[in-house]
Amino acid sequence: MIRKLAKNIGKYKFDTFMSPLMISLEVVMEVIIPLLMAKLIDDGITPGDLSAVVKFGLLLVLSASISLGFGSLSCVFSANASAGFAANIRKKMFDNVQDFSFRNIDKFQTSSIITRLTTDVSNVQNAFQMLIRIAFRAPIMLVAALIITISISPTLSLTFLLVIPILIIGFIFIIKSVFPVFTEVFKKYDGMNNIVQEDIAGIRVVKTYVREDYEKEKFRASSQEIYKYFSKGEKILAAMSPLMQFSMYVCILVISYFGAVLIVKGIGGNMITTGELTSLITYSGMILSSLMMVSMVIVMITISRASAIRITELLDEKSDITNPNNPVTNVNNGDIIFDHVDFRYSENSERKVLDDINFKIKSGQTIGIIGSTGSSKSSLVQLIARLYDSTAGSIYVGGNNVKDYDIEALRNSVAVVLQKNVLFSGSIKDNLRWGNENATEEEMIRACRMARADEFIREMPKGYDTHIEQGGTNVSGGQKQRLCIARALLKNPKILILDDSTSAVDTRTDAEIRKMFKNELQGVTKIVITQRISSIEDADAIIVMEGGQLNQMGTHEDLLATNAIYREVYESQSKAVMENA
Amino acid sequence: MPKPFNAGPREKFNIKKHGKTLKRLLGYIFRDYKWRFIFVLVCILFSAIAGAAGSIFIRILIDDYITPMIGVSDPVFSGLLTAIGILALIYVVGIASSYLYNRTMVVMAQGIMKNIRDEMFSNMQDLPISYYDGHTHGDLMSRYTNDADTLRQMLAQSVPQFISSMATVIVIFFAMLFSNAVLTLIVIVCVVLMMMITKKIASVSGKYFVAQQKSLGETNGFIEEMVEGEKVIKVFCHEEKTKEQFDVLNDKLRVNATMANKFATLMMPVMNNLGNLQYVIIAVIGSALCILGFPGITLGVVASFMQLSKNFTMPINQIANQFNSIIVALAGADRIFQLMDAKKEEDEGYVTLVNVERQPDGTLKETKEKTNLWAWKHLHKDGKLEYVLVQGKVTFNDVDFAYEPGKTVLHNITLQADKAEKIAFVGHTGAGKTTITNLLNRFYDIADGKIRIDGININKIRKPDLRHSLGMVLQDTNLFTGTIKDNIRFGKLDASDEEIIDAAKRSNADGFIRMLPDGYDTMLTPGGNNLSQGQRQLLSIARAAVANPPILVLDEATSSIDTRTEAIVQKGMDRLMEGRTVFVIAHRLSTIHNSDVIVVLDQGRIIEIGNHEKLINKKGMYYQLYTGAFELE
Repeated sequence: MIRKLAKNIGKYKFDTFMSPLMISLEVVMEVIIPLLMAKLIDDGITPGDLSAVVKFGLLLVLSASISLGFGSLSCVFSANASAGFAANIRKKMFDNVQDFSFRNIDKFQTSSIITRLTTDVSNVQNAFQMLIRIAFRAPIMLVAALIITISISPTLSLTFLLVIPILIIGFIFIIKSVFPVFTEVFKKYDGMNNIVQEDIAGIRVVKTYVREDYEKEKFRASSQEIYKYFSKGEKILAAMSPLMQFSMYVCILVISYFGAVLIVKGIGGNMITTGELTSLITYSGMILSSLMMVSMVIVMITISRASAIRITELLDEKSDITNPNNPVTNVNNGDIIFDHVDFRYSENSERKVLDDINFKIKSGQTIGIIGSTGSSKSSLVQLIARLYDSTAGSIYVGGNNVKDYDIEALRNSVAVVLQKNVLFSGSIKDNLRWGNENATEEEMIRACRMARADEFIREMPKGYDTHIEQGGTNVSGGQKQRLCIARALLKNPKILILDDSTSAVDTRTDAEIRKMFKNELQGVTKIVITQRISSIEDADAIIVMEGGQLNQMGTHEDLLATNAIYREVYESQSKAVMENA
Repeated sequence: MPKPFNAGPREKFNIKKHGKTLKRLLGYIFRDYKWRFIFVLVCILFSAIAGAAGSIFIRILIDDYITPMIGVSDPVFSGLLTAIGILALIYVVGIASSYLYNRTMVVMAQGIMKNIRDEMFSNMQDLPISYYDGHTHGDLMSRYTNDADTLRQMLAQSVPQFISSMATVIVIFFAMLFSNAVLTLIVIVCVVLMMMITKKIASVSGKYFVAQQKSLGETNGFIEEMVEGEKVIKVFCHEEKTKEQFDVLNDKLRVNATMANKFATLMMPVMNNLGNLQYVIIAVIGSALCILGFPGITLGVVASFMQLSKNFTMPINQIANQFNSIIVALAGADRIFQLMDAKKEEDEGYVTLVNVERQPDGTLKETKEKTNLWAWKHLHKDGKLEYVLVQGKVTFNDVDFAYEPGKTVLHNITLQADKAEKIAFVGHTGAGKTTITNLLNRFYDIADGKIRIDGININKIRKPDLRHSLGMVLQDTNLFTGTIKDNIRFGKLDASDEEIIDAAKRSNADGFIRMLPDGYDTMLTPGGNNLSQGQRQLLSIARAAVANPPILVLDEATSSIDTRTEAIVQKGMDRLMEGRTVFVIAHRLSTIHNSDVIVVLDQGRIIEIGNHEKLINKKGMYYQLYTGAFELE
């Protein structure tokens, strides 16, 4: 996983390499500084030599400047590297998502893809930066400071033998015991947020049934749970800084006493100077704080591990629909054949979404598809544009198997107007150009006329330049549907598929659109999924879907005479009309 | 743990804006945790003193013990041992204080947060619907998530750290002053210079941080929009184009993130090395003075000053950071308090809903028993007590309504519904259909006119009692996490299992529920997709059925269901409607043509009213809608 992510460093290899190098140099200078300080005390102050003081003073200024220089450089490199690394990952993920098939999208779900591309990338970026900064800084400082301490006084260094294990064991103990508690805290938080969310969304229901107090009680209980677990976790964490203080204080005490002894009379022939004593105290601060840093890095990386896993999952996902070798790039006509087609959403799912579907459609025909929700109407038509691949059997468009086509060529000839459709932020023209990038104004107007969108667009203050908000929230449902149809028409498709695309359009406009299609799109195969019988009454044939199977195919009159399901739907919709007549 | 440098833009403390919020927060602390908070303050002070003690001790160590003993042939260490013992004792107190205040403070913060959360939610429940209209769900949610979280961090971390830093600065300042005034002055000058430099960096860093956040917002917004429309992208083979657009945003983000990050991390080495430089300056000047024999400056003083100056600048640098976090959190606290202070729904009603028995003489007598016979208990101003049988007669008399003053959305609405009648509302979106039903249960209060139920002005009825008499089935089913049983029981909390099953049967939901793996105990999960839209709607009908209200409002209850499923749901609803006064809003006219009264609304006015035949013969708007000549949106 790490190697996979590391590949994304790409052209920021130099920065990634330089950042720890600069950090290391910075740390080396930082570690040298207390040593010079000791010299300044011992060779300058103690003997009263002012020139030595100035000499070491200048050396110190120089060291601090060099350290600052390296430190600043490391910031530049690490910023370049981490931001670049994140940008590369984001790009690779985004590009991969663009190559996803419908099946891949379904598998991950939209919201999860978004989280991976946003929050998870941020987490990994932070962890990466820690890795090329602190993860080098802390251990190097730890080792360097330890080496110098030992070289100054092996005897006093024994203190660390006592303190470091205590600190490490303490940290491990705290982190280990706090982790499960916080996992629980996050779960409780999710629970509470869910309560609030449901309550806000359903506030009318709550008030209608006068359940305010019930909701308050529910919330209070969950709030209490958070209090309980969070306090428990925080209590454990509260030991962290006292533990750190304890270690530091022990060092100061031990070094002070034995340091004094060492200065005054030495132990076993070892002696130190006053300057060295003060530097030892500084070094022990360095050693202990770098230990703490290491523990922080470990915690951070553990936390971001989950994000890294989610990112690699997305990167590893390969589209299951790819172009064939020597693809056919021209779709001759709008003939469609389904030959014993089975379809499941995933290989190992039990349920057949489509079961042995057979039918033929001639180019230029209009075909209606009807059936209750869950009868797999949408799945059926999406196979035609190869948005999914059939599990068994074959689908032919224009005489060729859909799997033999260049995907882009196929999809440009088979225009699908999805049921759950979206407009994108931008002008109406921008949105229409999705269908054909080079569409002229006349072509756009023609398409909008056919989709009966031209009239309302002209009524808008800025006409075709009117800005559409994200998700198309500033046009009504029916208007949105008509724009989506116009967008698809601009493709000049051989096959046009409308998946319940006029459900929010009133019946009269719906009829007008149908009439337009009949006159203007004679050579185009039109497939219409709908709930409304009136939309497909005069189709060349109607397919009745039921539970993933083709129940019957025939004309309106045939079905009305022979098909129970069709008749039932028809009656439920036309009862009123008949009564009236 | 050392907190990373806060790169956000700095905001100034504003007494008027932040002072009030801070005072109120302190109120929460002092109300429930007065002594504990004082205890925390004392502990912080002890801990700060212990932290400073080591640096001061260096002077004593060098000047009082080491220097005099050097060259002594037989040094005695017992005095030093005693001094070390005293220091150790101070340290023990320091560590203990530090642990105690950390622990007390975090638990205190959790407790305060719990109180604030509870109070916030509790108040939110009592807010009128209009408040919810004026605030997005995301906006309300963020007070429970982001705002509450920054506030918790402030209470648990920023506040104690801020106090601790202040205490340390003060303690060390006096320690320095006590040991030497001249050197102290030098330290202060250095610190002022350092602060000026860091402030400069912080302001540059803040600028880039804002740019980064903006860029991040744009990129994430683009990702969201595109991924949500991913299937459309595939259908139009727009992948490459989208990638190109993304690359532009992604690169802009990279550049801005790099700059922001550079300056934020730069703060560390700059502060560190400025600290080192200060160290050098003290050392050079101090030792020069010491060598020149300046009075009061000894080797010990210089050595301890070097430590003290470091301990002095570190908290000063942190104070700015902590202060900034506190201000950010106060803004969140302010939003939380706004929600708490929002005006509650008022209820001046006094007519209540009670169970009654019919006496042999035909009069009604109040009873504690569940009789399924309900009456309005009306205590008139003149002291006369009256029981009015609940029948569900509704009248609107010249009702006007405006969501905002001056913008009337309903004009002169007059209509009458008799017991067990079905009233349907037809009209465009925004014509005022839902508004009318929302006036009935007093989600909103009318501006002018009167609405009566069973002859009683609804303003006189206590809101909970009024709402108990009304059931609602809406297009959004709004089920809650919990079992199916829990969800139905939401309509009547003390319903027995038998009552629940009975309600489910009556509303045609029992069949599918029994098919589920756990039957009535099947869990509905958050955002649960384990039920179809039709099934969810059947559950919400069962919920209304168990409540058994005399009046029922069905607002687009079947709009999002296909026609065959609708037929099943409709059966459930038809049964539910029997014997009740029903207000129906429907998109599909086929479901309402058999209503007793059809009300056609346009722009807040009744333009046609009557039954189906009458309106068809009138050949007006209803006729046009019915024959599909008009668009209903």
